[in-house]
Amino acid sequence: MDDEQRPAPSPVTRGFTGRRRAPAAALPPGQYVTEEFPVLSAGPTPRVEQDDWRFSVTTETGSSHHWDWNGLHALPRERVEVDLHCVTRWSKFGTHWSGYSLDTLLERVETTAAYAMVHSYGGYTTNLPVADLRGGRAWIVDGYDGRPLDPVHGGPARLLVPHLYLWKSAKWVSGITLSHTEELGFWERAGYHPAGDPWREERYAL
Amino acid sequence: MARGEVRALSGWRTSEVVGVRAETATARTLSLRVPDWPGSLAGQHVDVRLTAPDGYQAVRSYSLASPALAPADEVVVEIGVELLDDGEVSPFLVEEVRPGDVLEVTGPLGGWFTWDPDRDGGPVQLVGGGSGVVPLLSVVRTHAALGSPVPLRLLQSTRTPAAAMYRDELEQRAGQDSGFALTEVWTREAPPGDPRPPGRLDAALLAAATVPAAQRPTCYVCGPTPFVEVVADLLVAAGHPAARVRTERFGG
Repeated sequence: MDDEQRPAPSPVTRGFTGRRRAPAAALPPGQYVTEEFPVLSAGPTPRVEQDDWRFSVTTETGSSHHWDWNGLHALPRERVEVDLHCVTRWSKFGTHWSGYSLDTLLERVETTAAYAMVHSYGGYTTNLPVADLRGGRAWIVDGYDGRPLDPVHGGPARLLVPHLYLWKSAKWVSGITLSHTEELGFWERAGYHPAGDPWREERYAL
Repeated sequence: MARGEVRALSGWRTSEVVGVRAETATARTLSLRVPDWPGSLAGQHVDVRLTAPDGYQAVRSYSLASPALAPADEVVVEIGVELLDDGEVSPFLVEEVRPGDVLEVTGPLGGWFTWDPDRDGGPVQLVGGGSGVVPLLSVVRTHAALGSPVPLRLLQSTRTPAAAMYRDELEQRAGQDSGFALTEVWTREAPPGDPRPPGRLDAALLAAATVPAAQRPTCYVCGPTPFVEVVADLLVAAGHPAARVRTERFGG
């Protein structure tokens, strides 16, 4: 029975040798390394001015906390170097970002909610457990490589949750809604995995 | 769309290359025989996995050129592949692969950049840049196969006639099918006799060659990132709601 359950080995594709450019330890399964910064968005790039930018966290009881651009920049700023992993199979090592830890933003938010829905200007949504936003693993970033974040990459500010596939790092972020129940975001409703851990290769909801 | 309506295939299936057709000097259409097809919508893609003799594997995504396909024990699907400079997989698929070779396929994948006439209704506007035409051809073929009554337009931007994929088929379909209109834009070199000098798409051309926003088309834009950025911005500026502009960006 064990033999039947084990997947058959992949057939060798004649003539294919490939390249081995990545240190395997840092590359999740099924990914390849790129030096570029590909852009994947489902629709047009929203243009949001810094003066108009607002970010809110709304809890399960309906109370909400708001930050404008100046309010955000009054918080302690962090610089992080992280690897990015996109579900379309590219990974980019050693990217430099600057912004604000979700630990800081959630400090004064009273909540026992387990689930978060992230909202973006333009209507994009993505869901993740609140636990993934805590513990120094998630940021609202507005700087990339020492410069203001370009709109095609999510500027003026995006979420950065690099330990999950990049579709969770919502561009043009506008707010987070906290809830006791799990709901699905844009790609998650379209067949992508609700969790999205690249090391477990949680790409699609099968 | 209800969750699960578009399903990825669980697991990788061994697939044989049954056809290789040159589209341009740097692009090929590969026909792959894939078992256990769960059905696919126009605009979807598959992941292709290659395995080297030492077990090293590489996976890339390729758009289906095939029309929407019903579930079947076995289907032959077409994927369009363009050679990327410094690519790892595309040079093999464009220059090396031949009928009889085996690789692995999973899919179909993608639940957003798809045309489902039952779901999307209304007119359809396609805008392609270069090899971004591949998933758009899938929509054109599906529209024809269904005999769909909804108006369909394709605005295709290509560098030169020599770089144009599927040009003969698209022109032929536009000539035969009164419900499908094709406008070709040449950015560097136009074919002899073309009335418009080579140049990039702009607002005026977009207005003249696309379904007006007032008719509320669903728009599909596919191509390199800079092209998609420009076209999506032009469509929004022309009054198309952002939610009706679906994009797929190729490459970096």
